[in-house]
Amino acid sequence: MRGITKAFPGVVANDHVDLEVRAGEIHALVGENGAGKTTLMNILYGLVHHDSGEILINGKPAKITGPRDAISLGIGMVHQHFMLIPVFTVGENIMLGREPVNGGFYDSARARKEIEALTHQYGLALDPEARTGDLPVGLQQRVEIVKVLYRGASILILDEPTGVLTPQETKELFNVLRDLVKSGKTIIFISHKLREVLEISDRITVMRRGTVVGHLVTKQTSEQEIATLMVGREVLLRVDKKPARPGPVTFRVDDLLANSDRGVPALRGVSFDLHEGEILGIAGVEGNGQSELLEVLAGTRRASGGRVMLGDKDVTTFDARTERDAGICHIPEDRRGAGLVLNFSIADNLVLGRQRAPAFSWRGMLLRLAAIKQWAVRLVNEFDIRAPSIAVPARALSGGNQQKIIVAREMASKPRVLLAAQPTRGVDIGAIEFIHRRLVAERDEGTAVLLVSAELDEIRSLSDRIAVLYEGRIVSIEPAGTAEERLGLLMTGGGTGTGAV
Amino acid sequence: MTALSDILHLLITASLWQSVLALSALLLLPALGGVISERSGVVNIAMEGMMLTGAFFAVYADLHLHNPWLAALVAMFAGGLMALIHAVVSIRFRADQIVSGIAINIFAAGLTVFLVNRVYGLQDVGHINTSESLPNIALPGLSSIPFVGQVFFDQNVIVYVALILLVLTHIVLFRTRLGLRIRAVGEHPQAADTAGVNVFRLRYGAVITSGILSGLAGAYLAIGISNTFVPNMTDGRGYIALAAMIFGKWTPFGAFVACLIFGLGEAIYYNNSIIHASPYLLSALPYLLTLIVLAGVVGRSSPPAADGIPYVAGGE
Repeated sequence: MRGITKAFPGVVANDHVDLEVRAGEIHALVGENGAGKTTLMNILYGLVHHDSGEILINGKPAKITGPRDAISLGIGMVHQHFMLIPVFTVGENIMLGREPVNGGFYDSARARKEIEALTHQYGLALDPEARTGDLPVGLQQRVEIVKVLYRGASILILDEPTGVLTPQETKELFNVLRDLVKSGKTIIFISHKLREVLEISDRITVMRRGTVVGHLVTKQTSEQEIATLMVGREVLLRVDKKPARPGPVTFRVDDLLANSDRGVPALRGVSFDLHEGEILGIAGVEGNGQSELLEVLAGTRRASGGRVMLGDKDVTTFDARTERDAGICHIPEDRRGAGLVLNFSIADNLVLGRQRAPAFSWRGMLLRLAAIKQWAVRLVNEFDIRAPSIAVPARALSGGNQQKIIVAREMASKPRVLLAAQPTRGVDIGAIEFIHRRLVAERDEGTAVLLVSAELDEIRSLSDRIAVLYEGRIVSIEPAGTAEERLGLLMTGGGTGTGAV
Repeated sequence: MTALSDILHLLITASLWQSVLALSALLLLPALGGVISERSGVVNIAMEGMMLTGAFFAVYADLHLHNPWLAALVAMFAGGLMALIHAVVSIRFRADQIVSGIAINIFAAGLTVFLVNRVYGLQDVGHINTSESLPNIALPGLSSIPFVGQVFFDQNVIVYVALILLVLTHIVLFRTRLGLRIRAVGEHPQAADTAGVNVFRLRYGAVITSGILSGLAGAYLAIGISNTFVPNMTDGRGYIALAAMIFGKWTPFGAFVACLIFGLGEAIYYNNSIIHASPYLLSALPYLLTLIVLAGVVGRSSPPAADGIPYVAGGE
């Protein structure tokens, strides 16, 4: 790809980007969120059309106006958010768009045979009759890969493929990728996880703010070098923290039960203690009850059994407002849906949930606008929220700055317990660094922090203890330094827990 | 208790079931159209308006051409044209599909009244000769089977067409490549697009098909049952078809069962002269039946995942 440029209204997503991928290599494309990696790949796959520049495949100029063109040129893409239809079978998903037909009728027998041939060839076992939505994420990704191979792809683009996988699944994926390269495929691997990039790739292209800032050979580079290129300045990759000095137990969850939205049990007896001045990390594959647990604790979901104690007060049945008044604050996992009112200004978002406090309203009726403004200005400075003014809607900010609004609001109320769900999801490295530092600072001030994250690295680097959640139960509580392999095993139901409650 | 026994007596007559099937077919056609449109991801509440338009143009064409078959084709074309408006507005311009649907229903009601006044002045639209309406066909031999023959094999030609379309829709949706793609587009258009399926073409096709089927239902009503056009003669049947589609969980046969329930209620109401009960109460019967069944039996039904959501290529 040469000189690719693409502008969206208000932002140049790709600015004269050059990308050269050699046949038979694993080429990593790294950069922060919003650096333009996905846009570049969407252009290559024909989902987005570039304004200028050219694409050459095997030396020949290629015109790609849609996914159909890309497919016929041998380009396949495994998207970050799977392009699978949950209610369809594995076979139907793989075949879609290239279905074997028998006089217009979908030929499921032939589909089955072809999928079996493919899965056999690449050692990717799959049941074509299974309902896709019932499969674990790792297998769904495998469906995506087989789908791409079925279309005869020789160039595979994988967009953040490890984001949703456990360490074991990631390892398996890497083996699959190595096998694919051996059988002559070329792979473009998009990621922001530097350790994985170093492990799997042959060469690396680094992007920042829509431009390419470096072409690297994996063997001759380091994590630090890539990170510096990505962010444009030196960054601290490790979280700097002193050992915790935990105080007494301040928050106790005892045999908690709750149902998911679909009415099936999501929490099957969760128990743990949370001390003042510690960070307890909850590790687990997504969908094992993390969301429900935090919602129950934050008062937005009803528990069907068990008890939650804050000090010696029973707060099990508290709702969001009373929880907050009692000193339990919550950074929700769904930033845009539950954390912010996107159309509200930064200032309004910063007082949300506290608008009844005498400091911000007169008898809970009339807002004290001057006080709100003052408060907002203070927090914007203290939490380094980068915005043209406090009056702009939250929608206009980057993910990192949106997240900082929530973090600022929740931390500024001096909580006794801070529930942080995926606090750095989809946030740039600079903001991650900042949020991590604030979480540790909060801990050092004596707040009890419960951290839920899908990023095992984040859990391991921040937590003082790690609880592993599997199928709605805490299967083990591990010390801070536990190896990734052991956590991964526990997360998928293997291994034997120690210290389980 | 006399009313109940009156109804029970009615339930064992073949003529009741004959009219149940005839009235169900009138709902089934737009309901099938709705299933197809919504399976492709476009909410269609405009079957009412498309039916009404079809009804007017069927009568208009039949009075001119003196040929019910051509008139039915004209009605289907008119219904398809109304659907095309809905398709362009909601697929091309990504407008709110409910609003577009309501607009079409209002537009159709106004347009038909306007055309009646324009073409026929204040007089009656005029009646279609029975010889020039869509005919009833008693299948020779089969129709003389006692009870079953009268119910199933002595019906208007459109009833047979509707039943054939019912089976056809089911087969196409669930057994063919085309159906797989339509459902894929309605569940996850981006997945379909990245797999090389043309989302827009399929959605246009599905919406227009729903208009054609609704137009045919309009023709059946106007030149098969009533043999005239009166303003607003569809009387909410497009909406009832919509309810039948939801009640039937977006499947052809499910919708058909729902149509039968509505048809039964309506047929009982038409026989109110022999039932000792308030005709007003009887006219509410089909709706009461639906409420009861919807609340108790069906449970929660979920539409196709991308139903009503416009697709933007490459959008996040």
